[in-house]
Amino acid sequence: MSLQATTSQTVGPYFKIGLEWLNRSTLAAESVAGERVTIRGRVLDGDGAPVPDALLEIWQANRHGKYAHPEDSQDKPLEAGFTGFGRVPTNNAGCFQFVTIKPGPVPGPNGREQAPHLVISVLMRGLLKRLVTRLYFPNDEPNGSDPILNLVDAERRSTLIANAASGGHLEWNVVLQGTHETVFFDLGL
Amino acid sequence: MKPFTGYRSPYPGTQPNHLHPPYASSAKRAPTRPLVQIPYTLSEITGPSFEPESVSPAAYDLTRQHDGEPLGERIVVGGRVLDENSRPLANTLVEIWQANAAGRYRHEVDQHDAPLDPNFTGCGQVVTDADGRYRFVTIRPGEYPWHNHYNAWRPAHIHFSLFGPAFATRLVTQMFFPGDPLLPFDPIFNCTADEKARNRLISIFDWETTVPRQALGYRFDIVLRGRDATPMEE
Repeated sequence: MSLQATTSQTVGPYFKIGLEWLNRSTLAAESVAGERVTIRGRVLDGDGAPVPDALLEIWQANRHGKYAHPEDSQDKPLEAGFTGFGRVPTNNAGCFQFVTIKPGPVPGPNGREQAPHLVISVLMRGLLKRLVTRLYFPNDEPNGSDPILNLVDAERRSTLIANAASGGHLEWNVVLQGTHETVFFDLGL
Repeated sequence: MKPFTGYRSPYPGTQPNHLHPPYASSAKRAPTRPLVQIPYTLSEITGPSFEPESVSPAAYDLTRQHDGEPLGERIVVGGRVLDENSRPLANTLVEIWQANAAGRYRHEVDQHDAPLDPNFTGCGQVVTDADGRYRFVTIRPGEYPWHNHYNAWRPAHIHFSLFGPAFATRLVTQMFFPGDPLLPFDPIFNCTADEKARNRLISIFDWETTVPRQALGYRFDIVLRGRDATPMEE
């Protein structure tokens, strides 16, 4: 029998009480090998105002490009203590920060490898269903041939690629509307 | 990689648009440019995994998190989590949060002039069993006013968050109560073109879930997206 997926509803303004027990802004403990990165950014609304009540959920592969999930049948090692999941709220200034390791490349459509990336859900009051986007890494040669980035208009691709900031961290913002609006993906949600 | 299938697209009218003008907060937060269509890849058909040990065994009961019992009408909320192919989804994390019986959330942003209940936090977590079943004990949440429009009130509801087997199946929704007179006026509940879809957000009073001399039971089954029949090229 065929059912229809339940209708999505907004997380509303009070999700913190239900979801913060699973907040995880350090995706990889010090013991997890790989290139450690700190990613900072802001979520901005259509007026350019910071969004103080947004939630980002991150999903990524480990440094070998292996997902800790039964659907990943690649012959690559898992990393002890690394699940690849993060949950990070914005603060009152609309800022978020998380620490992880840069994932390895993962397989993509038609045998083409995907450049290292994080997949990210963005949830907040005002969004009746989540937004889905990706974060790619700066000055990363595989970005040029990434099959997903290449589906995005060239002038908008930069919204998906973090910037190397002077403090040694990466900077990546989620811009909900306007000229620099972040690219969001249609996953058929 | 073995070939894999993607996920089914929603039946037309059963999911909201990002921009829904009657819901005022969507105006400045919904994207204005078209979403970019992408194929499913390994990144979207995988996702975080949970197991029964991921949550405290006591986290299903929102009425026993403090020294005393919360005020209000004790209820049991339970049901099954299935996918669109009617397959029960085991080991799915279900997180809930809600207002107390007076319609007030234990959250610093909620300034509604209704009392907090020292014996009620309003959040719980469970992981579904092998048959996709979940069960919470809680109190019936109160309705509360909000600023969306003149004399706006939210119908009583419980927020639900579910992961399912993949990044693609993540769902956040709300459960409502049968017979709530506020439902026809709520822009969040009424966000879909399909009336049947929105009515599936209303729980069903259920004798089987009801515990004699203890609590009325409400059944709320949740359907997450199911896999497509045709494998993708990988």
